[in-house]
Amino acid sequence: MNVNVIQHLLLSIEETASIILFGIGFTILLLHRNLVKKIMGMNIMDTATYLFLAVKGYITGRAVPIVVDGVQDVEAYINPVPSGLVLTGIVVSVSTTALMLALTIRLYERYHSLDLDEILILAKEEEEHI
Amino acid sequence: MSRIRDDYETSRWKKFKGWLNGETDLLEHGMEAREAVLREEDPIVLPPHGEGREVLKSKGIWRFKQLYKFMSVALCLGVILTLLWTVAALPITGNADNPDNNEVAARYIERGLQETGAVNIVTGMILDYRAFDTFGESCVLFIGSCCVLLLLRLDGSGRDKDLERLVNETNDRHFEPKDDIILQKCSCVLVPVILIFGIYIVLNGHLSPGGGFSGGAVLGAGLILYLNAFGYERMGKLFTEKLYKRITLSALTFYCLAKSYSFFTGANHLESGIPLGTPGAILSSGLILPLNICVGLVVACTMYTFYTLFRKGGM
Repeated sequence: MNVNVIQHLLLSIEETASIILFGIGFTILLLHRNLVKKIMGMNIMDTATYLFLAVKGYITGRAVPIVVDGVQDVEAYINPVPSGLVLTGIVVSVSTTALMLALTIRLYERYHSLDLDEILILAKEEEEHI
Repeated sequence: MSRIRDDYETSRWKKFKGWLNGETDLLEHGMEAREAVLREEDPIVLPPHGEGREVLKSKGIWRFKQLYKFMSVALCLGVILTLLWTVAALPITGNADNPDNNEVAARYIERGLQETGAVNIVTGMILDYRAFDTFGESCVLFIGSCCVLLLLRLDGSGRDKDLERLVNETNDRHFEPKDDIILQKCSCVLVPVILIFGIYIVLNGHLSPGGGFSGGAVLGAGLILYLNAFGYERMGKLFTEKLYKRITLSALTFYCLAKSYSFFTGANHLESGIPLGTPGAILSSGLILPLNICVGLVVACTMYTFYTLFRKGGM
């Protein structure tokens, strides 16, 4: 990596932070065998995406897109489109998190374990038993 | 007075009505009328410490796990580096000349107030220009709560003695602390304030930051606090499953019909007859206020349902 790239990354530090957060969430998703921790990793990835979108719409020195005193100049407000997209993302992630947690509860009720490896082995043995 | 048709018994309406009420079965093999499958499944026959768990401790599996850890760390580092490389190729944050600040955003800012009547441009955008997107979101929430209902619902009353006992054991309603005086006094003060604040956020969605989703979440939190303080019996008088279904379905239906009407008239350049009002007044910006109320009701009901389902598997 040359100096230019690092300088660029430091200038858009919020985007860099969101990418690293996304990576942390992805690592948790891969490395942890506990299903609840996997869901937490998924949520961290969601949050990183919101941060990235919100930062993409931000313009330095401009106000939130709520019209004050009838000023309707493009130069006065930040980009409102990514804010709307973040809203969509939040709602979908709430629904998917609830669905994943419900599925985890059902798996725990059946196999009395949250460990994904154990659940897979028990499910396979059960299949062979039948 | 309308005359009853002679062939009423075999008419399609009668069949449809019967199917809707669960009396008759239109599908051939009795798919719809089959006895409902209970939630409790047969317990697995394996002993708790079967041979399977021993496999996890063997040498090969251990080696595979080490390799897996190494490979996943390598993969994650690769993903992070690739994405960072992409970020380095993107334009710098906060620059007004970035290509994402294009004519779409400019149009929303310049004409939004005149066209939607909403002071909050984001609300005007998501509930007017992109209202079907928001309708999809409300449907996603509704479908999510339906799926959780399918997965977690416990209802064994009057079916089987054993099952009823099992349901009673898993039901944690018996273990909750009854009449916690500190919690009750605190929630007497807090719940009205929280509910009024939630209603304020919903009603001012087109004037200030907020709107249906955030206000609905606050309302749901207030309902959950009330439930924790006073228990299911008192909450059951106020909020039942029937009320939940009615509120959610009528809010979604109203949203769909109102927005279809306004899109239809807008696309055909007809007069919609919806006054936009003075920008900044609470009764302004046409359909945005009722749509915000609908979204707020759906979100509040969904949050409360999620809580009750995770807590005890039913309303």
